[in-house]
Amino acid sequence: MSRAIEVQDLTRRFGAFTAVDAITVDVEAGEVFGFLGANGAGKTTAIKMLIGLLAPTSGTARVAGFDILTQSEEVRRSIGYMSQRFSLYDDLTVRENITLYGGIYGLTDAEIRERGDGMLETLQLADTRKALVGTLPLGWKQKLAFSVAMLHRPKVVFLDEPTGGVDPVTRRQFWEMIYAAAARGTTVFVTTHYMDEAEYCDRLSIMVDGRIAAMGSPAALKREFGAPSIDEIFVRLARPAAAGAA
Amino acid sequence: MRVRDRLQALRAFVTKEARHILRDRQTLTILLLMPLAQVVLFGFAIRTDVNEIRFAVVDPAPDAASLGLRARFAGTDRFRTVATVPTVAALEPLFRRGDVEVALVVPRGLGDALRDGTPARLQLITDASNPNTGTTMQTYAGAVIQQWQAGLPGTRGAVRIEPQVRMRFNPTLESVNLFVPGLIALVLTLVSAQMTAISLSREKERGTMEILLVSPLHPWQIILGKVAPYLLLAFANVVTALVAAWLVFDVPFRGSLVLLLAASTLYALVGLALGVFIAAVTDSQRAAMTGSMLGTMLPSTLLSGMIFPIASLPLPLQVLSNIVPARWFIVIVRGVMLKGAGVVHLWQELAVLTLMLVVLLAVATRSFKARLA
Repeated sequence: MSRAIEVQDLTRRFGAFTAVDAITVDVEAGEVFGFLGANGAGKTTAIKMLIGLLAPTSGTARVAGFDILTQSEEVRRSIGYMSQRFSLYDDLTVRENITLYGGIYGLTDAEIRERGDGMLETLQLADTRKALVGTLPLGWKQKLAFSVAMLHRPKVVFLDEPTGGVDPVTRRQFWEMIYAAAARGTTVFVTTHYMDEAEYCDRLSIMVDGRIAAMGSPAALKREFGAPSIDEIFVRLARPAAAGAA
Repeated sequence: MRVRDRLQALRAFVTKEARHILRDRQTLTILLLMPLAQVVLFGFAIRTDVNEIRFAVVDPAPDAASLGLRARFAGTDRFRTVATVPTVAALEPLFRRGDVEVALVVPRGLGDALRDGTPARLQLITDASNPNTGTTMQTYAGAVIQQWQAGLPGTRGAVRIEPQVRMRFNPTLESVNLFVPGLIALVLTLVSAQMTAISLSREKERGTMEILLVSPLHPWQIILGKVAPYLLLAFANVVTALVAAWLVFDVPFRGSLVLLLAASTLYALVGLALGVFIAAVTDSQRAAMTGSMLGTMLPSTLLSGMIFPIASLPLPLQVLSNIVPARWFIVIVRGVMLKGAGVVHLWQELAVLTLMLVVLLAVATRSFKARLA
């Protein structure tokens, strides 16, 4: 199996503070990889380096087979990204948002129409295509944002806390969409604060103070730590760090 | 293929920007009507009517005729006599303090001159530091004198009125003419620098900027896409201001429209680069708005020669005014509009603006990358 993401000793320092400390992670193609960590553990910094928003201090990484330092253009074309902040334009309609992202990623007008219609059909949002995104409920917006991030069929999609503030039913539906994307071969790299969601991942890592403190499948991690849930492991790993910081 | 993709991405992005602008009807209406409103408002504000003009008389040897003339002035509600002095020299401090706006100098022996039929010379001194009111005041004073003269019984002598205008600045007395170029600069600054800064920082604030930067769009595509629709808007504004100035105030247009629009484009681009820079170094829409206000609008109004002539500024501010793009642009617009100047006369100003553009673009792209990459 080829690797979708290869990270080797990736480090980012801000002055004297090391936000990400020589992390090494491999993610297989088609995997749903959960990237966990407490607030301030360095998750967002790590993701920003992988998607090219931040230059690493040292270390290397390849995403979708391309070097993030020397082939950033190819990396950008191969990935999708949905941030924890809402990523569509409120003052544009659903259709206009789709047209914009399709256009940016170089889809033809016909492709945009075809994929956009298919997407709205699947989401059962076909009636809303002329509605301003700002008027939609948050849950719909998040699902829409995810689908738009997948419009150009990226090899790897990065989701930074995609289900923040969303109700449990919508979260469930959201994860069904994530599985469907993985089944089509897209690698999903997702951060979350919900530990039940962590259990849905094929594999996950837990970041503490810029380092990866644990990595493996949910089942393997529970065995390793002798804990009944990921939640338990997370708290056990994160607590000493929090105590140290205080 | 590559190039086609790039152009398509740019097209998609520009379309999006245009939609943002068109959807926000309120802002768009304000932006489109602003030059019209400003030309009309400022134009009329400057041509405001005058009442209660502070009036002084120099009457070294009062006689029946001069007292009659003074009574005429006292009898109108336009003039309020605040001083009667024996010599012209005594007027100086009054003018300097602004106590007096118009002064009438009556010669010795006015009554004798009128009776004998020898010409009499009345001198009118007007403070024209506000040029339009200055002209108006002088006209009123002249009218009062003429009325007085017409009411004199059987006068054979001719009274000659000799107007003398004391000018603080603005020697041509054509404030609307001088004002319109400044107004064009101001509107362009607002649309280019401020709107770009706000619209870019809005993307940053909402988090959509990250999405754009993660996409295959190049930073220059994002900047170009942001800038292009506003450039169009800026063009519309220049034309509106020119047409309004011409229709309402007969402001002449003597030079080449092409040159003016080209210079406006250059100036707008300088503003846009400034806007990009401001957006890059600020973190919120509010900060960007304040930043562009302080960094572009204020200097464009106060240090550009639009309101206060550069020569009248304190030396440090005169030096500072050299880095204000509007200062150079206003010279170009005044030259083209009022004097019909061409590239031959204005190449220095154009060169300065071009240099500013190059420097600002380099700084802007750099700060843009540094902040977001």
